Amino acid sequence: MSNNVQLNAEGKLKHFLSIEGLDKCLLTEILDTAESFAGMSTQQVKKVPLLRGKTIVNLFFENSTRTRTTFELAATRLSADVINMNIATSATSKGESLLDTIRNLEAMFVDMFVVRHALSGAAHFIAQQTAPHISVINAGDGQHAHPTQAMLDMFTIRQLKPDFSNLRVAIIGDILHSRVARSEIQALNTLGAAEVRVIAPKTLLPAHVESLGVSVSHNLTAGLKDIDVVMMLRLQKERMTSALLPSESEYFKCFGLTEEKLKIAKPDAIVMHPGPINRGVEIDSKVADGPQSVILKQVSNGIAVRMAIMAMAMQTSPSVGRNAASTPSMAITGAV
Amino acid sequence: MLEISELLNNLETALKHIIGQRQLVNPLMIGIRTGGCWIAEQIHQRLAISEPLGLLDISFYRDDFSQIGVNPNVKPSQLPTNIEGRDIILIDDVFYTGRTIRAAMNEIFDYGRPNQIVLAVLIARDGKQIPLNPDCVGVSITLNADQRIKLTGPNPLAIHLETIDTVA
Repeated sequence: MSNNVQLNAEGKLKHFLSIEGLDKCLLTEILDTAESFAGMSTQQVKKVPLLRGKTIVNLFFENSTRTRTTFELAATRLSADVINMNIATSATSKGESLLDTIRNLEAMFVDMFVVRHALSGAAHFIAQQTAPHISVINAGDGQHAHPTQAMLDMFTIRQLKPDFSNLRVAIIGDILHSRVARSEIQALNTLGAAEVRVIAPKTLLPAHVESLGVSVSHNLTAGLKDIDVVMMLRLQKERMTSALLPSESEYFKCFGLTEEKLKIAKPDAIVMHPGPINRGVEIDSKVADGPQSVILKQVSNGIAVRMAIMAMAMQTSPSVGRNAASTPSMAITGAV
Repeated sequence: MLEISELLNNLETALKHIIGQRQLVNPLMIGIRTGGCWIAEQIHQRLAISEPLGLLDISFYRDDFSQIGVNPNVKPSQLPTNIEGRDIILIDDVFYTGRTIRAAMNEIFDYGRPNQIVLAVLIARDGKQIPLNPDCVGVSITLNADQRIKLTGPNPLAIHLETIDTVA
């Protein structure tokens, strides 16, 4: 499957499906744009008119609180109209195919789909099948990718630790089932992090995980040494199909992040978690609510980062509809 | 023909006059990125305004987003949190179509409702497309169809009048 489907003919973002296939320059552009959107929080009216008149459909085939809510907030802050499709009560539950659902929504003059689906590749599939003017944003597909989560985490890291080239990041927990982990690893490597270390029991690591560009540890205590960013992952109980772990309490004992274990990482290390957190399973409440935790900052940053991605994906090709005779160059006066 | 120091002198004089005429109280000066900020820095200094200069990036308020997309060089605007009831001096380098000023005012009003806004520009040129006018100018000029103005800066600040190749 070609990742170039994400870019238009000019190399600009058209769909946002996966970090894979996007270069450092584009990821940095997303982060820089998000920074300006984050600055909007001081405005009395927290809204810009960029996507006025555009219709965005949140197509969530899987449950979500944070992601769906922040996508909705991001879209409304860009002045778009947002429809939240409740799949449980939609025609999909009556047996309508995914493609038929898409075709029907297209007929309602939609401009963007934000898709979460339990099957890997669902967002890619929709991007390939949908009408050319529609953009698709992947809000999580199966165990494949969750690229907007990765970008909001990169944004959060950059706010606190701007130099990726000195950064050692540990991703801890259920790497095997985690679409977040895959996207984080790709984003960190693309942005040039010094080291990405995965720490997990062997049963929760995919085969040949090193090929993703990570170092591997099976011991939390040893693995946390010299770490700047501790990324905890949720133990994905709903995706566990076989007995990969003896018990949750056993898991917490070995891989749960406690205050004591956190002391092994660098003193100014930050603790991240994409949520929802399982307190006492992968992370102790004292750490989740502690001074090194940036978990709620991640949630806030999700709005600005998703605004940036949606705004960038909605820009049409620069050569289309541009009237050269009446459009003065930006370089000239910065004024039109 | 366009000497920057002379234009800045003109603009300073015109602004001092209008500050008195419109009775601006403790005015807040805001420059529009990028050229407008350079001009605003100069005028801010000349008028000895104590409050820091506000910076406005209108990228998210442009009316041509659907044609040109997000400006990749967008920077956060830096305005005081409360501009409710304030007297504002809005500064840009060149007044041309008027669309930048429309966008700037839309953004300002999203921060609060100012008492009044005075628009000051270094150069007003012909070609306006919406019914807005600057209140003070350094100079007003008319350009040929193949001419354009380019401001470079911030150090040194200079104006260049260029002739462009006709678009095919």
